[in-house]
Amino acid sequence: MHPDIESERHSPSFNVEELTNILDGDAQNTALRRKVESIIHGEPELSLKDNYFMTQNERYEAAVKKKFHILMLAHRLGWSEGSRELQYASRSVSGDLSFGIHQIFQKTIRSLGSEEQIAKWDPLCSKFQILGTYAQTEMGHGTYLQGLETEATYDAATQEFVVHSPTMTAIKWWPGDLGRSATHALVQAQLICSGARQGMHAFIVPIRSLDDHSPLPGITIGDIGPKMDFEHTDNGFLKLDHVRIPRENMLNRFAKVLPDGAYVKLGVPQTNYLSMVVVRVEVLLDEVIPLLQKACIIAIRYSVIRRHDPEAKVLDYQTQQQKLLPPLAMAYAFHFVGNHLLEFFRSSYSLILNRDFTLLPELHALSAGLKAMLSDLCTQAVEQCRRACGGHGYSKLSGLPSLLTRVTASCTYEGENTVLYLQTARFLIKSYLNTQKSPGSASKGSLPQSVAYLTAPDLARCPAQTAADFLRPELYTAAWAHVAVRLIKDSVHHLQTLRQAGADEHDAWNQTTVIHIQATKAHLHYVTVKIFTEALEKLESQPAIQQVLRRLCDLYALHGILTNAGDFLHDGFLSGAQIDMARKAYLDLLRLIRKDAILLTDAFDFTDQCLNSALGCYDGHAYERLFQWAQRSPTNTEGNPAYEKYIRPLLQGQRARL
Amino acid sequence: MNQDLQKERAGASFNPELLTNVLDGSPENTRRRREIENLILKDPDFQHENLNFLSRSQRYEVAVKKSATMVEKMRKFGIADPDEILWFKKLHLVNFVEPVGLNYSMFIPTLLNQGTTAQQEKWLHSSKGLEIIGTYAQTEMGHVGKTSNHAIVLAQLITQGKCYGLHAFIVPIRELGTHKPLPGITVGDIGPKFGYDEMDNGYLKMDSYRIPRENMLMKHAQVKPDGTYVKPLSNKLTYGTMVFIRAVLVGESARCLSKACTIAIRYSAVRHQSEIKPGEPEPQILDYQTQQYKLFPLLATAYAFQFVGAYMKETYHRINEDIGHGDLSELPELHALTAGLKAFTSWTTNTAIEACRMACGGHGYSHCSGLPNIYVNFTPTCTFEGENTVMMLQTARFLMKSYDQVHSGKLVCGMVSYLNDLPSQRIQPQQVAVWPTVVDINSPDSLTEAYKLRAARLVEIAAKNLQTEVIHRKSKEVAWNLTSIDLVRASEAHCHYVAVKLFTEKVLQIQEKSIQAVLRRLCLLYSLYGISQNAGDFLQGSIMTESQITQVNERIKELLTAIRPDAVALVDAFDFQDVTLGSVLGRYDGNVYENLFEWAKKSPLNKTEVHESYKHLKSLQSKL
Repeated sequence: MHPDIESERHSPSFNVEELTNILDGDAQNTALRRKVESIIHGEPELSLKDNYFMTQNERYEAAVKKKFHILMLAHRLGWSEGSRELQYASRSVSGDLSFGIHQIFQKTIRSLGSEEQIAKWDPLCSKFQILGTYAQTEMGHGTYLQGLETEATYDAATQEFVVHSPTMTAIKWWPGDLGRSATHALVQAQLICSGARQGMHAFIVPIRSLDDHSPLPGITIGDIGPKMDFEHTDNGFLKLDHVRIPRENMLNRFAKVLPDGAYVKLGVPQTNYLSMVVVRVEVLLDEVIPLLQKACIIAIRYSVIRRHDPEAKVLDYQTQQQKLLPPLAMAYAFHFVGNHLLEFFRSSYSLILNRDFTLLPELHALSAGLKAMLSDLCTQAVEQCRRACGGHGYSKLSGLPSLLTRVTASCTYEGENTVLYLQTARFLIKSYLNTQKSPGSASKGSLPQSVAYLTAPDLARCPAQTAADFLRPELYTAAWAHVAVRLIKDSVHHLQTLRQAGADEHDAWNQTTVIHIQATKAHLHYVTVKIFTEALEKLESQPAIQQVLRRLCDLYALHGILTNAGDFLHDGFLSGAQIDMARKAYLDLLRLIRKDAILLTDAFDFTDQCLNSALGCYDGHAYERLFQWAQRSPTNTEGNPAYEKYIRPLLQGQRARL
Repeated sequence: MNQDLQKERAGASFNPELLTNVLDGSPENTRRRREIENLILKDPDFQHENLNFLSRSQRYEVAVKKSATMVEKMRKFGIADPDEILWFKKLHLVNFVEPVGLNYSMFIPTLLNQGTTAQQEKWLHSSKGLEIIGTYAQTEMGHVGKTSNHAIVLAQLITQGKCYGLHAFIVPIRELGTHKPLPGITVGDIGPKFGYDEMDNGYLKMDSYRIPRENMLMKHAQVKPDGTYVKPLSNKLTYGTMVFIRAVLVGESARCLSKACTIAIRYSAVRHQSEIKPGEPEPQILDYQTQQYKLFPLLATAYAFQFVGAYMKETYHRINEDIGHGDLSELPELHALTAGLKAFTSWTTNTAIEACRMACGGHGYSHCSGLPNIYVNFTPTCTFEGENTVMMLQTARFLMKSYDQVHSGKLVCGMVSYLNDLPSQRIQPQQVAVWPTVVDINSPDSLTEAYKLRAARLVEIAAKNLQTEVIHRKSKEVAWNLTSIDLVRASEAHCHYVAVKLFTEKVLQIQEKSIQAVLRRLCLLYSLYGISQNAGDFLQGSIMTESQITQVNERIKELLTAIRPDAVALVDAFDFQDVTLGSVLGRYDGNVYENLFEWAKKSPLNKTEVHESYKHLKSLQSKL
């Protein structure tokens, strides 16, 4: 153990193990997770250590192999589908597995398929008799579902759908597992029956032969080429040339086409969004929040063994604390936000499947907005962690470039963030307008929980008188509520003013989108602060942990206030003097959290194998690892053909001329 | 040509060629730049496979080959002027990095700045001919992987038992002729990186390795044969190389941001998505206010940085002449300014390239967009040649020094002369917050004034907090550390002021009315956007009122609408050749989708109809 990291662990102010248990849910989960990790790390086939040295082709094949290996392990050890064990297994290989979209394929069938369809397809998926992909995005069309061009035209004569890509821009583009793996695609297409267009519906389309894996007739298919990351995934393209599928292949829990071509609707159109909600929650829990946690671990551990001058560890510099501790606070805040969202999702999911849609608008708005904000902020924070490691953060061996390139993808997949913010904005405006209706109005209902604060009493001025006042959760929560309400009101006002001046409804919306997004972000900050604060109230029996997490919560809230100081000063809610107080409180927090920083990162409890970082290992021996790992690089083991071919002639040619 | 782009170009309010001339400095420069670029474009020796589809070692090999070709060709074409070398190199690189590049950017300038005449004669002659492929190994795990046979090593000089700090030494590391490491030298590649795949950044371990005394660069400091150390006249001079590099890096920020804007804006004019009005065809995404708000402030920033870069280069050359005459008076400010501006522009550009990439949605994530390559090869600018926070603190040190100087009654000159006018200097020390609120948000001059007040205020706050900490703590270093967040803020505000000021001044110099009008809009947008993003500073300092901030936000939206018709022409004026952009999305002709499809078909994963990993799937199915 490096003495500089050992000294950080000497006198803990709280019990790290207990905090780990809280993060895992309870001590049993921690024990189970560690058991699974030790099994996974004992399998050389599942090691990540060569990832940084592989080509795209090698990464893809390795991911297929790993998935295969894990499935065999699961089979042998009785880890059932969707079990905690499998979740932990995936976590311990950092999700570096193929067929992630196969699971989305399967889940979508479960949520959009009828009972008969589920009975037919689900076992095939579970046994990997077929491999699925979810083909929604097209080359020319992304988040906007109605804009998709792919058509499924019903032919009553044969009782088949003809699925077709009418243009270049209609080619399905980006679906994972599509390029080289999938045998079936769940294709989102415009349904045309009895001459009428009925909007987007989901169809199961066989795309590759189950005998030899070759593309089926009418199918043009392949990988879309090198990307920033996700090299283990074969994101693909799919061009359909009048491909015929049986009528039964349209998922029909919420709508169906009768043999004669009559269209029957069984649910509201929102149901199509349900699978997107599921995926967004999972994206946050698997592909966003843990990546920030890992980046914090690596950067903070490295910052206590790196010295800029012999006197001080890099983490002792105020500027380094400013770079790394707000991301650490976010990593904790978002853990609790993710948990909250998951619980909300679970409690509303069963209702929705039973066609009770009361909670869907809020669930949709909250999951869309939080996916956007958390992926944005985590991406920025991971990049900040990477750059805080100086030059070594640029080496892939640090693990940080891969974390960044992976987390940043989440800003554009599963709904482009700007579009998602605006979806939440529409919900906020609707909720706000609802509060403005006269008390006896028939449509005036109680507000959903996450926007209930829109009607709560509000202060015009912040009562803080000292820096210490800014460490009161009710004070900063109220401050965020105030700003969110003001901005939502303001954005509605802007919208209405334009409308009254004669602007068309849609132009007025477009002309106010920048301010709607600003308001939505404030709302989401408020939601985050509130969730974090409430989660901490439940930790009263563990005061030491509560205290250290409270500091992080304070830091998260104050960092947000100071970054957006203009919004708080704007209507005089905070005075200039109060901003200075908040800044003082913030700077003091940096110093306090600094002392616990290593332990707070230890509590996330990621193994060295899973971090796969030469800089961020638990024992702090970063330099030794960096040197050892570099020697394994193919550039050092495979000789230098460029020397013989070019460098030597160049050098000798020059010398002859001198 | 894509119809949307054709329409955009026809609708522009100005002739982009005239603006290109402004950016190049003159029509003659534009002509010569294109002449050189065409030499490469038409030369079959520079053609090669798309690097995106090659492995790292293949990319290294292609890049070495091109570098070798480049050396031959530059001699053949008679390209010797530093600007022309840069044009030449930038074009053949196409967002990739060349392994022999460090030779030109570091090794030679270091020799020029720090070598004696005799040393320059000995080493430069062969270095320019590339016999010695040198590398500047300042970062201890520096740039020595596989190509170099000599390194300039910065090391602690110890003579007669005493350590004299960092000095530069030329160290032969590989045997000429065989390219094998010399005895006592351990050298290798540091492994895969975020970008710079073509570069063999290396490690170098030296085991009591001996070099002759003459290999220490001794233009400034010297070691006599008996070991006596002779101090340099001014240690400021050793910063020469760094100042030069930083000036180049500011230009590089402008260039990379301009490329990213070109790609994102052209693609946003080609891409149609969603609906503004139901039932109408999907609009160009550039018509969405949110898209304009993402991209146009960045476009304005790209122009701002182009002019900052040009100014830095001029200043460097001017001051360098003074240094030649022994006049070092401007060096401290130059040193301070280049440090801060390097950090300010590279931080901003770093974020902005990513914003451009994400503004292209999912396709931005594919290497076909060219944006990931621009990003990964640009981002080290934030950490190399001086980590940005350290750079900002260097600028802060100068600002604090200037503040103290004013405080002790002496005037300061140059970009910091606003410190002479601090109210605390004129009226009472505690009244920092009293500023005249006379900002006209439609006047670039008035906005420059507002930025000046913000910088002055934040410099003063940092200075006072530093004083307070000094009083409360024993050591100056501790006080400095506990104020460093404020100090960085002050430096950023200073650099932001400089950028706004230079942009504003540049606009006034433009004769051609149509160009002046469009640049004025960009200049206003740049200034107003910065105020909107930092509204807290302007409000807290009472530099602007709340209603002015509201007006600023409204004015920004008006400017977005005003700039919209010129957006494509404004990026056309950067005049990047398609091959330089290396982007399917940013093609000049806008034929994005058909080329996207062609590009994807070349993916290595598509080489066979059924991928070999199919065997794993088969075996899985049989066992479950």
